[in-house]
Amino acid sequence: MNGIMDNILEVQSLEKRFGTAEVLSGIGFSLRPGEVVSIIGSSGSGKTTLLRCLNFLEQPDGGRILVNGETLFDADDPATRQEKSLRHKRLHFGLVFQSFNLFPQYTARQNVTLAMKLLAKEQPDYRKNRAEILRGIEERADALLAEVGLSDRADHYPYQLSGGQQQRVAIARALALGPEILCFDEPTSALDPELSAEVLGTIRRLADIGRTMILVTHEMSFARQVSSRVLFMADGRIAEQGTPEEIFGAPKSERLRSFLQNS
Amino acid sequence: MTTFITVTLKLLQGFGTTILIFLVTLLCAVPLGLPIAFCSMSRFKPLRWLSRGFVWIIRGTPLMLQVIIVFYGPDLLGWNLSFPRFGAVAVAFIINYAAYFSEIYRGGIESVPRGQYEAGQVLGLKKGQIFFRITLPQVIKRILAPMSNEVITLVKDTSLARVIAVRELIMEASAFIKTQALLWPLFYSGAFYLLFCGLLTLAFGALEKKLDYIKV
Repeated sequence: MNGIMDNILEVQSLEKRFGTAEVLSGIGFSLRPGEVVSIIGSSGSGKTTLLRCLNFLEQPDGGRILVNGETLFDADDPATRQEKSLRHKRLHFGLVFQSFNLFPQYTARQNVTLAMKLLAKEQPDYRKNRAEILRGIEERADALLAEVGLSDRADHYPYQLSGGQQQRVAIARALALGPEILCFDEPTSALDPELSAEVLGTIRRLADIGRTMILVTHEMSFARQVSSRVLFMADGRIAEQGTPEEIFGAPKSERLRSFLQNS
Repeated sequence: MTTFITVTLKLLQGFGTTILIFLVTLLCAVPLGLPIAFCSMSRFKPLRWLSRGFVWIIRGTPLMLQVIIVFYGPDLLGWNLSFPRFGAVAVAFIINYAAYFSEIYRGGIESVPRGQYEAGQVLGLKKGQIFFRITLPQVIKRILAPMSNEVITLVKDTSLARVIAVRELIMEASAFIKTQALLWPLFYSGAFYLLFCGLLTLAFGALEKKLDYIKV
């Protein structure tokens, strides 16, 4: 076992209820730098809710979330539950949505630069070095768009891009603020196979350069290829976890076996 | 010919008042609708119901009656406060149109997908930044058509000001019936409204074209 300090992410007995329905219970797992963890499971198993809890779009009802040893969330510590402190905690994570959620009024580049520009305004030296900071932001956006292979689409609006291109812009946008952990919520579910392939290619490249990622997906073969570990969720719990070989090659539970057969 | 010029000059005078009512109402009601919309969407129930009740009353009663109430009401209640005629018209119109605008805004804001807000949240943006940079531009795009409808209605609603003898266009035009037994100035006044609404239609068309790059 590795020590807690080596982990970039540590999730401990996370709980989430919607009304009386228990959506997550006793979720615990950890992530080491550079690891890619895929979360699989049928609809309603809590995969998306888990991702949303990590990005503080939902407030967990119990448990703890630590990033690099720092407690970002502790259900028993009211100080960590304040809305105000959430904003900066979110920056540890990036999230790529199933439905892209690009801002339609901005070009691809503007989608990438928006948050960087707004955040830069909070720097104390912003007024003094404004031009330089803004130039740096534009350069960073260009580099990110090049990374997802969309340099030639930087000035296009989302509606002028294919679904796959939109999702790649969304990936560049999620990377803009340099999150330690990049999360994907079924990033290819809204895409046809051809467009899925280009998005998956982008994700694979990010995995190859050692990005720490959590991937909620229905693409089993992709999960098998790209992940260092796979979590199988059922009824709000992690029912089984292991290496891709263990999960896909030698599933232990009947539940996982039948899930894999049907997908 | 001289009658025509006299009538035209008189109507232009009334038209000036009409435009003034229009501009004052628009300038104040457009921003005022926003806080009302926020109250109507508030998670704090008493505030929400207060706001929706207010909108119900304003939309559920004639604007003409509201003008009369603002003008005569304070005096009837024995308050030591009364509005000048134009002021009463302005207050009634602003409140009335703010209520209508607030409902248009509410519809526009609620129609922006939740995912847009969340995309802003995960990027670490503040609530205000999300509203002004992400939501509002999309709302403006969405509400342009209903707003142009409402604004054009406002042009014609200004004629209600005559109920408390504010000398706007219709009032000046109908005065010729009594003073010179001329009916045609009233018909002629329609041309002024038509021209003004035509210009507004063109302006909204241009604005719509300008926002064409936003596809929501």
